Amino acid sequence: MNQDRAWAATRKGLFELRRRSGAWQIERLSFTADPVTMLLPPDASGHMLAGLNLGHFGAKLHASDDAGQTWREVAAPAFPPQPGGAEGPAWKLDQVFALERSGDAIWCGTVPGGLFVSRDRGESWALDETLWRDPRREQWMGGGNPAPALHSICPHPDKADELLIGVSCGGAWRTTDGGKTWGLRATGMRADFMPPELAGDENSQDPHLIARCRAAPDVLWCQHHCGIFRSTDNGATWVELQAQPSSFGFAVAAHPGDPQTAWFVPAVKDMQRIPVDASLCVTRTRDGGQTFEALRTGLPQQHCYDLVFRHGLAVDDGGEQLLMGSTTGGLWASTDGGDSWQTVSAHLPPIYAVKFG
Amino acid sequence: MAVLEFTPQLRRFVDTPVVDTAATVLRDGLDAAFAINPRLRGYILDDQGHLRANVVIFIDGRRVRDLRGLTDPLGPDSRVHVLQALSGG
Repeated sequence: MNQDRAWAATRKGLFELRRRSGAWQIERLSFTADPVTMLLPPDASGHMLAGLNLGHFGAKLHASDDAGQTWREVAAPAFPPQPGGAEGPAWKLDQVFALERSGDAIWCGTVPGGLFVSRDRGESWALDETLWRDPRREQWMGGGNPAPALHSICPHPDKADELLIGVSCGGAWRTTDGGKTWGLRATGMRADFMPPELAGDENSQDPHLIARCRAAPDVLWCQHHCGIFRSTDNGATWVELQAQPSSFGFAVAAHPGDPQTAWFVPAVKDMQRIPVDASLCVTRTRDGGQTFEALRTGLPQQHCYDLVFRHGLAVDDGGEQLLMGSTTGGLWASTDGGDSWQTVSAHLPPIYAVKFG
Repeated sequence: MAVLEFTPQLRRFVDTPVVDTAATVLRDGLDAAFAINPRLRGYILDDQGHLRANVVIFIDGRRVRDLRGLTDPLGPDSRVHVLQALSGG
């Protein structure tokens, strides 16, 4: 990962950021004025992807072979013909919502909740038919979006064929064979928006985002609609944690080297979705979720109504640099694990995703 | 020959040919345009081959009715305009 380069996917284009002399600066804007919903940062060769949502004209995918200097449109993931009477949302791509590499494959999560794989660096895509045809998939619900959203793809750093995914609202699922078979992986999560008898139903959970610790891949963190959850057994079971000033939010970043450390961005649950007391903070645990600190230095503390979407918080490979982007175009950076923050910009377009690399 | 034209808004993203076609139904006329530029298809039709929800087509001043099958007839002198639907002002 390039520690001095980062990306912000926004409502009005893709911003490339560079850290020069210790300060992040905007280097380039690609896709000016077009919504970019997700990106895959460059690999060592400079290959990267960007998912666009052109509104009237649909969701598109673009590839670059020179780390974002030039772009070309490539085939977007597409759903097969929808059988008559099929339940659930229309089989039509609405958004590219997650992009991750695992081994030689690139995986793409979408709205509606489809998972696609490319084995030719994003030039063509195949729907994971096993997951899509699973009858439990038809029970998934929208959460924020009218249709279910497959937003989290957590590759296993040591096993290219193993992924854990998260769906709003469809719980967490794992494959260990490259998508040939899938199993639910959400025991212990709790959905208080369901009837009481279904609160523990794994297939009804609303994980907002799931993040894995790279050095200890059995450790997963989940910012859920109903709180914060952590697993230490690769998603087999989840334990609820309590954070102050709120356990509600959308984003989570897992420390890549320390399984005890993760960051969250709290908000008022759940119809208001603004910072608690209109005062922005990041919460951090360094003891596996037993305690949380509210980190506020450098963040707006009065009349702040910025919300951080689920892909709006990122940590670099070293675990010290963080980036955070908001719905109202605030972009902040930290070089000390969140202890303090510097404003990169206060007036970017609404930010959908930030990534290092 | 019917003539198909696409909104100039599309030119930011994709080439939009003006097409003279002997097609007698709309879908065949669109296919003639997509044969010239295959990438155009995904901007007008969705995964299921239906007209995108926020794209509108007029044939001789009448809004197309069959948004899924695209079976509206074309006459030999029809003028077809493929436009953005003004949803949201």
